[in-house]
Amino acid sequence: MNQRRSRFQIHGWLLLMPAAIFLIAFTYYPTLATLAKSFFSQGNAIKPSRFVGLENYEFLITDEVFWKVVGNNVIYAATTIPISIALALLMAVWVNGRLPMKSLVRMSFFTPTVLPMIAVANIWLFFYSPDIGLIDQITSSFGIASHNWLGDPDTVLGCIIVITIWKEAGFFMIFYLAALQTLSPELEEAARLEGASRWYYFRRVMFPLLMPTTLFVLINAIINSFKLVDQLFILTKGGPDNASSLLLYYIYEVAFSFLDQAYASTLTVVLLLALAIIAIGQFVFLDKKVHYR
Amino acid sequence: MRTANLKEKISLHFEYGAAYLLALIWMLPLIYAFWSAFHPSEYATRFDLLAPLTLDNFREAWSQAPFARYFLNTFLLVSIILLAQFILCTLAAYAFARFEFPGKSIAFALVLIQLMIMPEVLIVENYVTMSQLNLVDSIVGIGLPYMASAFGIFLLRQTFKTIPKELEDAARVEGCSALQILWKVYVPLARPTYVAFGLVSVSYHWNNFLWPLVITNSVTTRPLTVGLAIFGAPESGVDWSIITAGTLLAVAPLLVAFLLFQRQFVQSFMHAGIK
Repeated sequence: MNQRRSRFQIHGWLLLMPAAIFLIAFTYYPTLATLAKSFFSQGNAIKPSRFVGLENYEFLITDEVFWKVVGNNVIYAATTIPISIALALLMAVWVNGRLPMKSLVRMSFFTPTVLPMIAVANIWLFFYSPDIGLIDQITSSFGIASHNWLGDPDTVLGCIIVITIWKEAGFFMIFYLAALQTLSPELEEAARLEGASRWYYFRRVMFPLLMPTTLFVLINAIINSFKLVDQLFILTKGGPDNASSLLLYYIYEVAFSFLDQAYASTLTVVLLLALAIIAIGQFVFLDKKVHYR
Repeated sequence: MRTANLKEKISLHFEYGAAYLLALIWMLPLIYAFWSAFHPSEYATRFDLLAPLTLDNFREAWSQAPFARYFLNTFLLVSIILLAQFILCTLAAYAFARFEFPGKSIAFALVLIQLMIMPEVLIVENYVTMSQLNLVDSIVGIGLPYMASAFGIFLLRQTFKTIPKELEDAARVEGCSALQILWKVYVPLARPTYVAFGLVSVSYHWNNFLWPLVITNSVTTRPLTVGLAIFGAPESGVDWSIITAGTLLAVAPLLVAFLLFQRQFVQSFMHAGIK
């Protein structure tokens, strides 16, 4: 019996081994190596890398671009997360209801999800171009002067935010749709018999019941607000003057354009810390709501 | 009662109008791409219903960039990743679902960490690893960090746990080994999950950009997204119509698949989201 049990245990570990090796090599090791590298200077042919303690972090605190990028990322998160979730919920309610031609509507909402961000950024670039772009063509027909949407530091981040919402909302809609289909239709009928308005039903019955889905979508939206930077490569390259740059894009620039891996690692640690805080938050707040079987 | 009904009816129509408007806005980029790709470039920004149709932009785009090669690269990349994910995630999920071993719950928690710390976040250090492994600018190099997918492991574990243990016991009585049981009992019964995970994985990696951009630097390895970014860069001086034609070429396979198997796609994404 004992022999069988230990063989059972060894089998378990053996099955896990291949995936574990990959996870160690490409997730845990690089995470720790990033942390270690953030305490070293960037080496080059003449000066080898050496331990510098917190020097990189001291530079980080005085780096104006870093603060600019963090500020942008906060705005990016604070706008894309609530708006895309609210739109997703609205879309799901529409598509789940009695809307005529709803499968066509559902398809148009979901299509951005299957298109690569890089490809759609090419198309959005045209929308935003001054004078000839679609937005300017529409506004000029109302007599509004043309505007360089992506060239103006005041509007560029807004343009990036709009694309992200457009890309994400349909994806989140799917999860709401799945949840809505598990709600029993009698619930709404009962509410209507009691004389409740649609809005009241939504606010007091539907929305609370969708809470686990909202939390799941919320986590995804938060992660995306750190991860989704592809559109910057096509539309703005983070400019003008870093007005549209986000943390991950700045990490990419520092590492692969300025070739400063030590500082890029320091910036990555900040990103990892932010993700760790979210993970802990999820663990503390969500574990009670979302059950893992 | 009647006026309330009327009021509600009007507001309902108003809502439907808003839904259609939003759907139209959501489709606008794609509609525009079709417009500009199928018309001569002088009509790229001028909307005239009588504009002549043409396929020249597609021919131009196809000849100006090695799209055939990019397609092949993306196809290889997506297939390699999917195959590796199926193998690695199946084995690990089986271990988590049906085996007891010391450190199991810690190991599972460690796996879930990857849901947060995705390979995108670790591009700097993973690039260093790839250069040490001599895998910079290789398709395998693009795929490696994604092969042990925490998402896949989690999804398959959930599915495996719902499969009755009696089936496994019956197979064991027949003399099947652990791997045979996995292959003959668990994998066939988890087919819907494999389809769902497969679709999500394929569309993710077909569209993925940042890491492939970092790790590739030649035509023989670049996937479509990276090729498209270079093709569409303003400094390349290609005009709108040709860029949109190239864009449509790049998204065509996935878009066509999506339109054909819309229900399957939507259901797969749903399935993947329900935990």
